[in-house]
Amino acid sequence: MKQTTDKGFFMDEPLIFERSSVGKKGVEPCPSDVPNHDAASTIPKAFLRDAGDVLNGFPEVSELDVVRHYTRLSQWNFGVDTGFYPLGSCTMKYNPKVNEDAARLSGFTGLHPYQSEATCQGALELMHDLEAYLCEISGMDAVTLQPSAGAHGELCGLFMIAAYFKDKGAPRHKIIIPDTAHGTNPASSALAGFKVVPIKSGANGLLSPEAVKAVMDTDTAALMLTNPNTIGLFERDIKEIARIVHTKGGLIYCDGANMNAVMGLARLSDMGVDCVQFNLHKTFSTPHGGGGPGSGPVGVVKKLEPFLPVPRIRKKGKRFTLVNEIDRPKSIGRMKAFYGNFSIMVRAYAYIRRLGAEGLRHAATTAILNANYIREALKADYQLAYDTPCMHEAVFSDKFQSGFGVSTMDIAKRLIDYGFHPPTVYFPLVVHGAIMIEPTETESLETLDAFISAMRSIAAEAKTEPELLKNAPSNTRVSRVDETKAAREPVLRWRP
Amino acid sequence: MPYVSLSDKDVERILKTIGLDSTEALLGTLPDDLRIKDKLDLPDGLAEQELMALMQGMAAKNFPVGRGGLLSFLGAGAYNHYIPSTVAHLAGRSEFYTAYTPYQPEISQGTLQAIFEYQTLVCQMTSMDVANASLYDGASATAEAVLMARRVTGRGRVVLSGALHPEYRRTIKTYLNAASEDIAEALFCTEAGTTLVEAAQAAMGDEPACLVIQHPNFFGCLEDVSALAEAVHRKKGLLIVVVTEPVSLGLLKPPGEAGCDIVVGDNQSFGNALNFGGPYLGFMATKTEFVRQMPGRLIGQTVDRNGSRAFCLTFSTREQHIRRERATSNICTNHGLCALQAAIHLTSLGLSGLKALSEVNLSKAHYLRQRLLETKVCHAAFSAPLFNEFTVRLDKDADAVLKRLLKKGILAGLDLSRFYPALTNHLLIAATELNSKDDIDRFAEELSRA
Repeated sequence: MKQTTDKGFFMDEPLIFERSSVGKKGVEPCPSDVPNHDAASTIPKAFLRDAGDVLNGFPEVSELDVVRHYTRLSQWNFGVDTGFYPLGSCTMKYNPKVNEDAARLSGFTGLHPYQSEATCQGALELMHDLEAYLCEISGMDAVTLQPSAGAHGELCGLFMIAAYFKDKGAPRHKIIIPDTAHGTNPASSALAGFKVVPIKSGANGLLSPEAVKAVMDTDTAALMLTNPNTIGLFERDIKEIARIVHTKGGLIYCDGANMNAVMGLARLSDMGVDCVQFNLHKTFSTPHGGGGPGSGPVGVVKKLEPFLPVPRIRKKGKRFTLVNEIDRPKSIGRMKAFYGNFSIMVRAYAYIRRLGAEGLRHAATTAILNANYIREALKADYQLAYDTPCMHEAVFSDKFQSGFGVSTMDIAKRLIDYGFHPPTVYFPLVVHGAIMIEPTETESLETLDAFISAMRSIAAEAKTEPELLKNAPSNTRVSRVDETKAAREPVLRWRP
Repeated sequence: MPYVSLSDKDVERILKTIGLDSTEALLGTLPDDLRIKDKLDLPDGLAEQELMALMQGMAAKNFPVGRGGLLSFLGAGAYNHYIPSTVAHLAGRSEFYTAYTPYQPEISQGTLQAIFEYQTLVCQMTSMDVANASLYDGASATAEAVLMARRVTGRGRVVLSGALHPEYRRTIKTYLNAASEDIAEALFCTEAGTTLVEAAQAAMGDEPACLVIQHPNFFGCLEDVSALAEAVHRKKGLLIVVVTEPVSLGLLKPPGEAGCDIVVGDNQSFGNALNFGGPYLGFMATKTEFVRQMPGRLIGQTVDRNGSRAFCLTFSTREQHIRRERATSNICTNHGLCALQAAIHLTSLGLSGLKALSEVNLSKAHYLRQRLLETKVCHAAFSAPLFNEFTVRLDKDADAVLKRLLKKGILAGLDLSRFYPALTNHLLIAATELNSKDDIDRFAEELSRA
């Protein structure tokens, strides 16, 4: 295998293990100020590491080695701060810096989850108020902040739905899921013990009441949908669909991944939704962290409230307190230890307080505006999956390009050469070679125009110079990565 | 409005392009009867300066652990360690934290290489073959490990040690409730404080999927991992070892060398602040033969078109976006940034630093225990050896003692009766390198007066 070499400031960086040399020290811990305890004096030898054990190649590097290493790696990454990141369904909006400063206040970071309630009133108040804000935004009656991510929230919601029917003495076993759904929806349903009943969306990209009616029965616990859906369209018949499901005693679960398009404009409760998860790392501007941590609070209507995970936060007079399982006998229990991803909640709370009702509504409206601009500007060059006004994201297919022997992946990789992060590709599955573009509200018109111009150039190149697309990206540190080899000849760790 | 980059003129131009005369017309795609007619009942928006003042005010209502704040001896799955300055500065580079899951490897090599290295560090510490990119926290990771053991063995019976963190046990039960409630608990020895091998054997029945133990366990006691591994292996089940304090791995025999099949736990101790319980860092490591049943993202090494080394997400056919309802897990967003922070902390420590940190924590805990026992106000609850944490029995009412010490600014430990009604007046107490000798002496002195 060839190692890459430095090209000016395009610097190479080995693995940290390859930088290691015996005896180098980085940030040593503080020397102990208490008598040294000889482990072998109280712990059986068989429980201890062998003397001279070197942890199979654990790194030995200097502090500057560490700093240069991770600085270099950061330079090989593309984030929202680097440039436009129109990754559909992921809502890659700007992550406000003030939220980072707020989350790093020692009054928040220094709290132990088991310290007494009297000593963490500010944290409990923040969580209590964030729950109330999310209730107001969604119209739900109660919210838990415990789940760690969107999929974790889905699972939590589905556990509650299962518990609800079990509690009624009539357990149900099926969840209806449209073919446009995120993969997490069927995966969460299966994990919660349900059988998945897939249902096709109509020719207009929307779910039809008739299609729901045809499969809805009294063994169906819920219909799980996303609204706006993953094609970026608002499910116009949601109320009628909810009525059909409710008539048979079922519930409506809404995947809240696309809440950015409706916050302040429409409430899920008015649509007939019974349970929804919020993705604080999408809608409420908390950073995506290179793959998390996010936070996936779940909102429910009254009849699901007894099943929420414990502990719950209660306000008694001016004091905030945690209510545990002993007083919540119907609770599903716990999704994790402690209370949830608190520092992510701090950021989301700060975002809501900075924007207020007006700002949230303005953000949603602008997100829709930007998406429709892209939709309109590109529809001559790329085939729209559905030619109707969209909400927060626009979905195209590869139909105009596939005839020239280029794929959606080629288009995506060529965008990198133009300095943009590619959109979400090949999802939703119902659109051939899907290109899902979500610009978000935080981008400028200049950025949108530059992106549109790049997409148009690529459409032209596809006809005249398809090799440019197939060989892309050409301006990155590594060229197109062989993912097949990674799976066929797995190397999942470094070895000495 | 904050965070929006369009001027009024820009909005006009966009509306003109899409052929509408107002933003109101744009919202016509929403059915009229679903529109919010008035505005949300939320506090008015704030200027950045006002917001920061508000947040500082909220933070000031708390009494955090640390210099000038509370003196803490709380552990129980959340440990207060010193975090080197490298962590905040490097993980705080926004190229890392404003990116998402590295779906496009050509512009995500930074995240990919860093997490590949993190996977390696976890393997090295645990002596396992393969580790995933991260899970949410130790409790949910343990629940995932139990589900994985069921897939690997094709069996249902799950045995949990009674000395496994109670909130972890509760999480597992929540996760398994939907599938099958075939769960039993193995009692711990009330004298040693460790899982009773005979009790575990009895609880397993003939066909256990797995036995789950914590090491060091919830009471701070070291388990005989090899003996428990042998017991479950005799019945062809898997041993899952939970590590909530991975600093111990600098000193203790790694689970992989003691017969463990899946190691899970929480790497919060490395690079992740207490943060009132989250985000923390669930980890999972296992043997090569089980990798296809493993949940979570995996980063693999490969090459690019020019034959240069490159990294990418791999084994995605296990995952929800490909396999949907047949996926090994529903996880998508994980705790990547927490893993990056842990990796920076671990590489900053290096081999000698990790071992030294482990030894300092051991020494601090033993000194603390000795000083507390000398007060005669409390007694050792269990006889098993310990690493960083231990349980004591008080002669007095635990709640009253905790309250009196809190008045002196000391978080004296966790009242175990909260989880174990039989363990009245028992405190679980931990020490880390952040507890100085003076702090420990002060705690002992205040306890003797309490």
